[in-house]
Amino acid sequence: MSVATDERTELCGIELEHPVINASGTFDALAARRAFGDAAWERFPFSAFVSKTITLEPRAGNPPPRLFEAAAGMVNSIGLPNKGLEGFAASDLHELGELPVPLIVSVMATSREAFAEMIGTLADRDEVAGFELNVSCPNVKSGLIVGAEPSETESLVESLRPLSAKPLIVKLTPNVADPAPIAAAAERGGADAISLINTIAAAPWSAGSRSEPWLGAGSGGLSGPSVREVALHAVHRVGAAVGLPVVGMGGIETGRHAADLLAAGAGVVAVGTASFRDPAAGLRIRDELRRFGGTARASGDPHR
Amino acid sequence: MSATGFDHPKAPFGRRLATVEMNAPTGGYRLVSALDSEGPDPAPGQFYMLATERGWGGVDGRPYLPRAFSVASAERRDAGVRLDFLLESVGPGTEALAGLRGGDGLWITGPLGNPFSAPRDLNPRAAGAILVGGGIGIAPLAVLRRALSRRGFPHRALLGFRDRAHSGGVSELFSCSEVRLASEDGHAGHRGYVTDLLETMLDGDSAATAVVYACGPPAMLEAVRAMSLERGVACELALETPMACGFGACFGCAVPLAEGGYMRLCVEGPAVRADRIATAATAGAGHR
Ligand SMILES: Cc1cc2nc3c(=O)[nH]c(=O)nc-3n(C[C@H](O)[C@H](O)[C@H](O)COP(=O)(O)OP(=O)(O)OC[C@H]3O[C@@H](n4cnc5c(N)ncnc54)[C@H](O)[C@@H]3O)c2cc1C
Ligand SMILES: Cc1cc2nc3c(=O)[nH]c(=O)nc-3n(C[C@H](O)[C@H](O)[C@H](O)COP(=O)(O)O)c2cc1C
Ligand code: FES
Repeated sequence: MSVATDERTELCGIELEHPVINASGTFDALAARRAFGDAAWERFPFSAFVSKTITLEPRAGNPPPRLFEAAAGMVNSIGLPNKGLEGFAASDLHELGELPVPLIVSVMATSREAFAEMIGTLADRDEVAGFELNVSCPNVKSGLIVGAEPSETESLVESLRPLSAKPLIVKLTPNVADPAPIAAAAERGGADAISLINTIAAAPWSAGSRSEPWLGAGSGGLSGPSVREVALHAVHRVGAAVGLPVVGMGGIETGRHAADLLAAGAGVVAVGTASFRDPAAGLRIRDELRRFGGTARASGDPHR
Repeated sequence: MSATGFDHPKAPFGRRLATVEMNAPTGGYRLVSALDSEGPDPAPGQFYMLATERGWGGVDGRPYLPRAFSVASAERRDAGVRLDFLLESVGPGTEALAGLRGGDGLWITGPLGNPFSAPRDLNPRAAGAILVGGGIGIAPLAVLRRALSRRGFPHRALLGFRDRAHSGGVSELFSCSEVRLASEDGHAGHRGYVTDLLETMLDGDSAATAVVYACGPPAMLEAVRAMSLERGVACELALETPMACGFGACFGCAVPLAEGGYMRLCVEGPAVRADRIATAATAGAGHR
């Protein structure tokens, strides 16, 4: 039985075969191809590939340990290791252009100028279908976390909007009292979609003689099943507050969880930590979602 | 083994269910065998991410993530490849695995990671290999030992254990090999560390024709690394770090490089040349 036609959707103009994509930083299409061979691309688990967040300059990432297993989930302090814009554009982008699905590049910067340079450089690359702005970071000039301040979010998106005709998806942090005003600010600035949630600030502690934070960076972010209801709440609030499509993520492990997020207001869902348990988790989740008649509404209908 | 090293098989995409054939105590450890009906034969040094089909996610919602285990031996059968894992119960994940029974389902993803290099790839003048294992770290050396035997490459194994309770698996996994033992409690072989044996051997042997392969606790590996760098001995270490995914997706398994920055151990290791890394005493590894 094929219900493929029912599954097709779009995310602010990016056509998707089905509503399951990956969460940034939780699947590496290039590494997966090396570990599993071409099967990983032929049976690519997601209808779009969101890259790990890149920054203007290369970053080594945080000192280890970077991982901690929490109750039904994990805390990570990876620290955005990446080759930097130039390295990404020169080496990874070409191979990623051969992916069977659209590529969304996640970018992060600590200044508007650095954000602008990344978007400006990648805007005309055919391999790139759209951008995700990771705004869970401070603006070095104001010292404010961009995604925690409506005015910062609005002016950042506003300044980037003219640089590319490609969709700009603003990825919000749950580490705020209410994500809805931030999402509304992103909408005013000209964003095409909102994605959430990023990880929840967390710091595992190592007890005993060596009483100190367990993670090398001191603190990190919680993800996995334990954040699911936080994601449902945030997605629902944001979905009700803006007319933009919402990419919902946080703790999705099954088609049922994906269906719940879609019901709460998401148009598309992203699978993150679940891929660590099974690299092909996205395929299973998509199949299970079919049984819930998981059609998506990603076109920005405020009354959905 | 190919001309330039061990074959490097790719894992099937996605996790799959293997069937547990046996779970038996060997010394202080457990040897869990499972039949993988789909995957290729693993190469020495490769690992699998494992999770039990049932009971994963205990009282505290742990274990949640799969756990990494080196293959201790692998045998091709008509119905697939039988994989043996040597494990020690140190936390919720290893506890769940230690409780597996014949017929149970075992989720596996793998084989993953880079295998050990062939001796002559590490040292073109290599005349013999020295395998240095500490505790549970003898697992990947056991499968390497077999590959070297098959190839007729001379090798000796130096194995160290804390005490009698932790010296299991030796007879089964290292039969037909020249083995020297060290134990911290002196119950078998040299009383002290396995690195004492290595030091003596490197002083006696001509270091120029040796190749050292080592796996064990971080402190032992760091001692082996320092010793071989000091003497200019070709050396490869099988390291451990906490891993979430095992296939390069999470960047959690960072190991500091000698040149600065980090590598992802799951895709650039777990076997790494001693001179590539800044330390073998990986953060967050080792048993609590
Ligand atoms: C490539 C590779 C191969 C391996 N091969 C083998 C093998 O053949 N046999 C074997 O027995 N083991 C092997 N290991 C180690 C094995 O994966 C771990 O022992 C296992 O993950 C432990 O899981 P657990 O739930 O039992 O323990 P956990 O309690 O989950 O411990 C997991 C790891 O994280 C650390 N950790 C987590 N949380 C804390 C905390 N709060 N404070 C301090 N430390 C913490 C532990 O020290 C440990 O290293 C291998 C590891 C790797 C990476
Ligand atoms: C190891 C790890 C690395 C991550 N890296 C990034 C990243 O580079 N950029 C980003 O926007 N989000 C990153 N995230 C957050 C995820 O994209 C996602 O928002 C979050 O994990 C919640 O979804 P989940 O519970 O399904 O994992 C990362 C999460 C994890 C666990
Ligand atoms: S364990 Fe996830 S990248 Fe290595």
